[in-house]
Amino acid sequence: MLEIKNLHARIAEDETEILRGVDLTVNAGEVHAIMGPNGSGKSTLSYVLAGKDDYEITEGEVLFNGENMLDMDPDERAAAGMFLAFQYPIEIPGVATMEFLKTAMNAQRKARGEDVLSIPDFMKRVKAAASHLNVSMDMLKRPLNVGFSGGEKKRAEILQMSLLEPKLCVLDETDSGLDIDALRVVSDGVNKLRSPERAMVVITHYQRLLDHIVPDVVHVLSKGKIVKTGDKDLALDLEKHGYAEYIDTAA
Amino acid sequence: MNATALIKHTQAESNLLDRYQSSKDGLAGSIAVSELREAAVEQIRDRGLPHRRVEEYKYSDLRAFMKSAAPLAAAADEAVAKAILADQNSYGDLERYQVVTINGVFAPDLSDVDGLTGEGVVISDFNSALKGEAGAQLLRSPKSAANDGVIALNTAFVQGGVVISLAAGVEVSKPVELVQIATSEGAQVSRTKVTLGEGSKLRLLETFAGETGNGELNAVFDYDIADKASLATTRLIAGKVDAARLFTTIATIAGEAEFKSLGFMAGPKFARNQQFIEFTGEHSEAKIYGVTMAGGEDLADQTLIVDHAVPNCNSREFFKTVLDGRAKGVYQGRINVAQHAQKTDGEMMTQALLLSEEAEMANKPELEIFADDVICAHGATSGQIDEDLLFYLRARGIPEDEARTLLVLAFLSEAIEEYGEDDVTDGLEERVRDWLAGH
Repeated sequence: MLEIKNLHARIAEDETEILRGVDLTVNAGEVHAIMGPNGSGKSTLSYVLAGKDDYEITEGEVLFNGENMLDMDPDERAAAGMFLAFQYPIEIPGVATMEFLKTAMNAQRKARGEDVLSIPDFMKRVKAAASHLNVSMDMLKRPLNVGFSGGEKKRAEILQMSLLEPKLCVLDETDSGLDIDALRVVSDGVNKLRSPERAMVVITHYQRLLDHIVPDVVHVLSKGKIVKTGDKDLALDLEKHGYAEYIDTAA
Repeated sequence: MNATALIKHTQAESNLLDRYQSSKDGLAGSIAVSELREAAVEQIRDRGLPHRRVEEYKYSDLRAFMKSAAPLAAAADEAVAKAILADQNSYGDLERYQVVTINGVFAPDLSDVDGLTGEGVVISDFNSALKGEAGAQLLRSPKSAANDGVIALNTAFVQGGVVISLAAGVEVSKPVELVQIATSEGAQVSRTKVTLGEGSKLRLLETFAGETGNGELNAVFDYDIADKASLATTRLIAGKVDAARLFTTIATIAGEAEFKSLGFMAGPKFARNQQFIEFTGEHSEAKIYGVTMAGGEDLADQTLIVDHAVPNCNSREFFKTVLDGRAKGVYQGRINVAQHAQKTDGEMMTQALLLSEEAEMANKPELEIFADDVICAHGATSGQIDEDLLFYLRARGIPEDEARTLLVLAFLSEAIEEYGEDDVTDGLEERVRDWLAGH
């Protein structure tokens, strides 16, 4: 589903190189975890996949279901099935959450040549998804993410993810800022979306999220490259020994 | 008389002086009114149109903008007015009364006079009132802008208008839409006098329709709000027009009263909405909102003076401006607090969103405070669309144009929502979308 080949990327503004030759293949149905120390390029990788234009691709390619994803605008990527759950979901005053959800769902449907949702159909979907994630109607009436707690913001991200039904989910440090209970709600929400047709890339600094969302493959990203790949036990090993070994390897 | 002229007249000023000579015999009014008109013309003759060296017009140089001045619009054409009225329908299905003027003159046949009379509202012709004994009182100037050039133009040429009076305790059940229709090209100069008796309540909608060609539109609204009365006015200034659009509010607010207004502007090449608001009684509140859009080479000016002349009043001023192309936005807002106006609470904010590199915003919020026990604040911001917000929306599949539209709407909606009056402001989102798509 996702093939990243020798991807190099730098910050457009100051030309700092962040990704230095990432190779990664994720197949449908798989959950991959990407772990790594601070500054290793984890968040950059997620932004580059979503199409943020703060970064410049200097080498390599990204194929999404065989198509060159780097040629697509962020909204085209989303309509094609790419979803990024943001580490820091952004507050947008003046845009009601419901209105935003409807606009996003229908924009993607339009882009794919599907009919827009009727209001009752839309409401039914939102209510069902919201109840699984403990998202209240009151939250949905508020402006998007405005005044939401850290946990509410992350739940709202997963709510969007379940409504937009992406093929590829990239979760950027979804565990950051969550207490144990919130972590469980969010992880349950993510696990519900696991399916043979869907791939997930879970980016995290800590192993604890992977107790809840158990990955098929674990990668270690260090200094802009994947330096080790293993199964879920690799995460446990990292938790025990830290990243020191990999920082040295990459250096 | 020409010997007193202090300036070399522009083409437009010469046209205006000629216009007065040729039309003054047809303009209504008592002798006192004629004297006021003469004095106003004298002011135009001596000082010319207001220009950039007049502080209040520093950013909105009417003299430079007006290349010529068309004659006053000809007599009303009721059939044409009916067609325009049916066509424009600014408020869709909203239940409301309509009061119509054609080329500045009250048109009772097109107005819901019976319905309003039934509710206890007295509607009458401004011109008839001008001819009466108290006619000159209908042409009052605000204390804070006694010699304003735009008001002088109005006083000199006012063709007519409507007088709306609510007796004490009258609460009108539906909004009243005052539709000013132009049926022929030419200047349109009108004045509306609204008197709210004690405890009365009115929601007013001010709309403008029809083409004035090269003629300026100059509309003054004078609100006299008695104790415990409440007035909400929504002024809709829309449409791509090349001639100047000049609007003035004069409001005096007595005790324990409420005044609320929204000035919505989108489209004209040169528009100025100036408001002069004075508290004359204690424990009253004024909430003034502005929503402005300008693109191309447009100039859009929202000017405001709020006079806290008495203690214990609150005012809130909240203005939003969106600019594109090479447009220029102007906000001049001043809160005056007199020495004895203790416990005044004034809060003014003006925010601009610039969609292009070449758009320009002149923000001038001012406080002039002589009392020592007040809460007053003002703020001004100018910024661009936040790229992070834009990316978030696009990452959810919303195409860039639509994402930008959403963010502009979000920006403007803060002022619209605070104004309230949801049934009246419902259609504004569509107007913002139209402006974004077609300016």
